[in-house]
Amino acid sequence: MKILAFAEQREGKFKKSAFEVTQAARRIADQLEAEVATLVVGDRIEKILPELAAYGVSRVLIVQDSRLHFYSTTVYAKILYEIAQREQASVLLLPASQMGKDLAPRLAAKLEAGIAADCVALKVENGEIIATRPVYAGKALVDVRVSSLIKIFTLRPNVFTASPMNGTALAVEQISIDLNESDFTSKVTEVKVSEGRPDVTEASIIVSGGRGMKGPENFHLIEKLADVLGAAVGASRAVVDAGWRPHDEQVGQTGKTVSPTLYIACGISGAVQHLAGMSSSKYIVAINKDKDAPIFQVADYGIVGDVFEIVPALTEELKRTLNK
Amino acid sequence: MKIVVCINHVPDTETKVKVGTDGKTIDKAGVNYMLNPYDEFAIEAALQLKEKFGGETLVMSLGGDAHKETLRKALAMGIEKAILLKDDSIRDSYSIAKALAEEIRTLSADCILFGKQSIDYYNEEIPGLVAEFLGLPSVSVVVRININNGKVICEREIEGGHEVVETKIPLVMAAQKGLNEPRYPSLKGIMAAKTKPIEERQAATASSYVEVLTMHKPPPKQPGKIIGTDVNAVPELIRLLREEAKVL
Repeated sequence: MKILAFAEQREGKFKKSAFEVTQAARRIADQLEAEVATLVVGDRIEKILPELAAYGVSRVLIVQDSRLHFYSTTVYAKILYEIAQREQASVLLLPASQMGKDLAPRLAAKLEAGIAADCVALKVENGEIIATRPVYAGKALVDVRVSSLIKIFTLRPNVFTASPMNGTALAVEQISIDLNESDFTSKVTEVKVSEGRPDVTEASIIVSGGRGMKGPENFHLIEKLADVLGAAVGASRAVVDAGWRPHDEQVGQTGKTVSPTLYIACGISGAVQHLAGMSSSKYIVAINKDKDAPIFQVADYGIVGDVFEIVPALTEELKRTLNK
Repeated sequence: MKIVVCINHVPDTETKVKVGTDGKTIDKAGVNYMLNPYDEFAIEAALQLKEKFGGETLVMSLGGDAHKETLRKALAMGIEKAILLKDDSIRDSYSIAKALAEEIRTLSADCILFGKQSIDYYNEEIPGLVAEFLGLPSVSVVVRININNGKVICEREIEGGHEVVETKIPLVMAAQKGLNEPRYPSLKGIMAAKTKPIEERQAATASSYVEVLTMHKPPPKQPGKIIGTDVNAVPELIRLLREEAKVL
């Protein structure tokens, strides 16, 4: 039995999910007595492969081509399909990132496979993988089994552990796949990178603002706190719908579902649909002047007070403490 | 241009989810249903394409009779025709996508639009599956669409930015919030929707590969500490984050 793990890289840098996915594959493989092959796709990627070894990967397959510098749905799906066939992989693990979520269904259709999407836990029971995944934006969880011969799992970023381990020897196999112009029916021609803060789905700390911030002009307070912490900026639906913040910052049922280590909610009351999107954060801090706000029900630490006093004070105090 | 929009009928975002007696699905008692929020962006995109290029729009949903309510909303927004693929069984994404693809195959559509995901099961799979079943290019999480002479330039959201995707018609696109501002149905639209046809036919059967074994609520969070009511609480908050939570 073989497990194929897809290690995502962009611009010659592995995503943290690459290590999460490969280590999850290893743990499952140990229980199923299966082998693991890790796949990396891109352009000029040899130089980053030693990082995989530092996370315990021993066999990596690479597909490189200058035309693979940018992601392309159809081409990447073809490559993964051919590698899965060649390896006779019966389990495929991908990150539930914008790349993994785009690839998994195309691959599922090619391989006649079921997908357990956005998994937050995997376990083996009676020789079978049982995946736990959130539904209704985390208001509930389901345990699912996949019954197709080939099974696909996408893993939510930031949830599975990845820790550096003693490096083993890394066997690298370069595989060439015939790519024709017709494979590139859709292709990325450019990536527009937004300003320097991390994305809410990838960040380990998120500072989020809600209606309590009173207006878009006050979000610099949130941004300053975020920058001291190297955090992403998040927002509630109310402020996104009001046009105060861009939609890609929205956390909640109609925005992003996030699982950072620390979530700091400023002036957010905690509507059901917002709580659904962030309550799986490891630690939650709430700053809100209304002591009855639902956000305090899920917060580990709360300050009932004025965000306009507390947020700047927190920023200043953190600057002092973190610089020591 | 022929544009097909596939939509879903989902529990309202305000729903407080309770696990049903089967232990596998939600308790539907007292749950209000709505048009899946992301599908509104897909419907709006379809209407804008029709306004620009002419042609026809059609909306499709797979499910029970209750889905007609949601199809009517799409008709009220301005879509011309609706198809209900009747089905009351429990299906996974693969099975739903297969049945949708079977129907769409007969329609020779130029653009097939979806919302980026349904806010019930959050799979984000059906647009990609349908595209692959039909052998068409697809752009997921789309936030900008520009079509010119059959050439398509889209932007899709990725972590920390956008990808500019070049592709061509026919294609599948899955709409993300921010693509447009969905219109409200006008009174005239709502009246007209009452007489627009909803064709019904049986959804094609197809295999399901993902089986829900149990549904459960996430473990309840222990109520946290209120540290204080003003700036004097800040040093204690930082101490707790560093020493107790160890996250700084």
